[in-house]
Order: sequence, then C-alpha cells, then structure tokens
Amino acid sequence: MNIPLNITKTIHDWLFSIMPEGAASIVEMFIIALVYLGIFTVIGLFLVFLERRVSAWFQLRIGPNRVGYQGILQSLADALKLLSKELTGTVKADKFLYNLAPYFVIISALMALAVIPFTKEFHAFDINIGIFFLIAISSIGVIGILLGGWSSNNKFALIGAMRSGVQTISYELSIGLSLLTMILITGSLQLSEIVEVQKNGWLIVQGHIPAIIAFMIFMISGTAETNRAPFDMAEAESELGAGFHTEYSGMKFAYFFLAEFINMFIIAAIAATVFFGAWLSPFGITESLPWLGIFWFLGKTLSLVFLMMWFRWTFPRLRVDQLLTLEWKYLLPINLVNIIIMALIVWLNLTITF
Amino acid sequence: MIVSAIASVASRKMLRSVIYLLFVLSGIAGIFFLVDYNFLAAIQLTVYAGGIIVLVIFSVLLVHHIEMKLEVSKFINRLLTAIACLIGIIIFVTIIYSYDFKVAENSTTTTTAEIGMGLLSYEAGGFILPFEVISVLLLAVMVGAIVIAKGKMLIPKSDESI
Repeated sequence: MNIPLNITKTIHDWLFSIMPEGAASIVEMFIIALVYLGIFTVIGLFLVFLERRVSAWFQLRIGPNRVGYQGILQSLADALKLLSKELTGTVKADKFLYNLAPYFVIISALMALAVIPFTKEFHAFDINIGIFFLIAISSIGVIGILLGGWSSNNKFALIGAMRSGVQTISYELSIGLSLLTMILITGSLQLSEIVEVQKNGWLIVQGHIPAIIAFMIFMISGTAETNRAPFDMAEAESELGAGFHTEYSGMKFAYFFLAEFINMFIIAAIAATVFFGAWLSPFGITESLPWLGIFWFLGKTLSLVFLMMWFRWTFPRLRVDQLLTLEWKYLLPINLVNIIIMALIVWLNLTITF
Repeated sequence: MIVSAIASVASRKMLRSVIYLLFVLSGIAGIFFLVDYNFLAAIQLTVYAGGIIVLVIFSVLLVHHIEMKLEVSKFINRLLTAIACLIGIIIFVTIIYSYDFKVAENSTTTTTAEIGMGLLSYEAGGFILPFEVISVLLLAVMVGAIVIAKGKMLIPKSDESI
C-alpha cells in the first residue's frame, strides 16, 4: 500500500536519512497524525471564539474580550474548564454506546480533514477518489449522533437524534449532486487535480451560471448537514434542551461541540477547494511564493465560514416539514436539471477559461 | 473484525449488535483500502456504513426500547446453527486453500476513470449491458417507491369543491 504522504519534503527526507525505512514511515505517520490533531484542536477552538465574536458583532455586543488579546484565549480557557469538569451520565444509559458516540463524530471529522489540500505540499492523503471519500466519510458522522441520542435514554435526545438523522440523510444527496456538477468540468475526483484544473480560472468562473447555482445549493445543504441554524432542528434549544447531546457533560460534550465546528470548517474547505481554487491565488499573483498558498486557502475558507455564521444569525429556524420540502421538492430537482445544463456546457465548450 | 462479527451475533442488545456489524463493514472497507481498491472501499463506506447501517439504526430506534434485551434461543437451535456455521467455514477454507492464487507483481490503483470507461464500453469485457439493466431496475425501484409513498388520497377530490 503506498499512501502518498507528502507533507513537506524536507522532513520526509530527513527522517528517512536517519532511520531505517520501516521505522521512518511509522514515525512519519505518527508526526502527521499529531500535526492533524493539533490543527483539529486549534481550528476548532479558534472557530468557537470566532463564532462568539461574530454573534456578538451581529447583536451589537462586544463578546468575549478579556482573556488574552481581544479575548483570543477565551475558548482555550473554556476547554481547560471542560477538561476539569466531572463527567456525569445517566444510570439507565447504554454505557458502551453512550461512551462510543462522541468518537464516531470526532473520528469522521478527523478523517475528512486528512484529504483537504491546505497547500500543494501540505496534503496528507491525496487519493484518486478524494471527493467521493469525503462524501463517504461525512455519512458516517451521523451514526455518532444517532447513537448518542438513543443511548442517552432521554426523550429529547432521541427526538433530536431522529431529526438530525432525517436531515443529514436527505441533505447528503444535495451535497453529492452539487459536487458531481463540478466534477463534470474537472473530469477527476482527485482533489489535487481539481486544484490543477483551476489554474485557468476558478471553477465558479469556469462553469459560470450552473456553477453558481451548484455553489448556492452546496452552501445551503452544507449548513444543513452540519446541523447549524437555520437548520438546527437537532438541537433546537427552545424545544429540545440541547438535542442529542443533552445528557453529555464535560469533555464528551466538548467533543461533540468541537466536531460540529470542524465539520463547518470542512464544508467551507471543500467549497473553497472545489469552487474557489483552494491554495491558488487570484490571477496567479503570488505564484512565485508557494508558501503563501496556506494564506489564500485559510482566507477563502474563513470567509466562507463567516458566511455560514452570517446565515446563522440572520435567518429564523425552519420547521421540520419546511426543511424536508426545501430539500426534496426544490433543491433536488434544481440540482438534477443543473447537472444536465452543466453537461451541455462542458460538451459544447462554453466554459470560460483564461 | 472477526471478534466484532461474533459479537454482533452474540450480543443481546439490538443496537449494540448493529454497531458491531458496522465495525465489520468498516473493516472490510479497510481491507479494500489496503489492497488499493480505493473506489470499492469508498462505495463500501457509503452504501453499507453510511446507508444500510443508518437505516437499520433508524428502524431499531423506532421499534426498540433501551432496556429490552433479545431472548436467548433454545439450546438445540443454537447447536444446529453452530454446526451449520462450522460446515460453511470448512467448505470455505478448503476452497481457498485448494486454489492456487497468483501473487500480483506490482500493485496498481484502479482509477475511477478506468471504471467509468469499463462500464460504458461495448467491446469484449465491457459492462454496458449489466449497466443498462441495473439502471432500468433502479428506475423501476424509484417509481415503485414514489407510488408507495404517495399512497391514497385521504379526502376524495369531489369533497374539495363543496
């Protein structure tokens, strides 16, 4: 099995020069896993902080600004508090599944993070089915939510889990189909190749009208898939307490919470990769400086994350039937027609390339 | 994988056995990854782990309470099942060991493009006919599902006009 682990060539070469091959590759895998865990926590904590500041901004408050410069260490302090908290649980819960559920959510988020191209080199797992792998992984996260809701032995948690399951299963279709629309242009599922194609203009420009429709559908269904407002039926505070993680406390709750934010980051990162050219700079203005790729990638991703936060604090929550009507009666037919339009455009060479 | 396969049969709590089954299916996906069948692995994850297991969990959620346990079947039934399984394993193992497998020289990853071309080619070794048959079957299934989901109209049309 040859996993293309190509995080920074120098470290790779250095490791292989001081150790035998087998040991070196194992050490390298460990390092990469640690690096990604680090990224996972840092991004998660930063997004929690960002969410609080953005929500405060939308509501004309100040938000957390005491801990560290402009409150940037606030979520770190919160995480330390959650670590030191007691883990409470229900007596009649199914203990095994109750403890297992957070790990499902967190592992699927972590696996999805591995295929995302941060820069040209910083890309841990570049398989030739990249996008398909992402779709496959995202369908596993919902199992954690269903299990957590069921094994808590709590009515509210169960209702939250069922709603979440319904929502995720239906909106997965839209995510898959809108990505498929873009695959028609690239002709490859591999994420690095999708980025290569965009050197002649980002895909949202190349595919013009159908690409913009696909992008809008992707952002709507992505917001729904991460259970965020206006689609946060799974944890509607006013109806269900906290939804599927009502019975969780301390670090297990933090796992769910972190995974939710990481999923938001992943959706934004996929959108940035597929529609906005990932680490490519606009018009190739910094092509001579490849390390700036991370800057462009994070810039694009964070602006899309900001867009999702904007959704959350602008729109009111939908009812369950409205949610399902939106998916099955509007988004899905639009999506199917959109694929045909895109196929016609690619076939007749009507794409815009520079 | 084998441990969780046994556990999925032996567990007396229904949802737990579903989760053990999920471990088995993910393990199979892992084996596909190890032999570089990336596409098949992802299909395995989407269809089985993502689709079927979620549906099974849903049905368990609807019919099952957390304190319920499955009843243990009679001893004679268990014995018969064990014998049947043993016979199956013996047949399987003898077949595997009697066939002379060739070791592949170098591993090549099958790309999705190759799979797509294979599905659409009508030359020798192409899969166009099965592909078409499956798509017709899928269409029939979808139409059937819509017809079932639509059901009968609760209020007859004529009442609405009054």
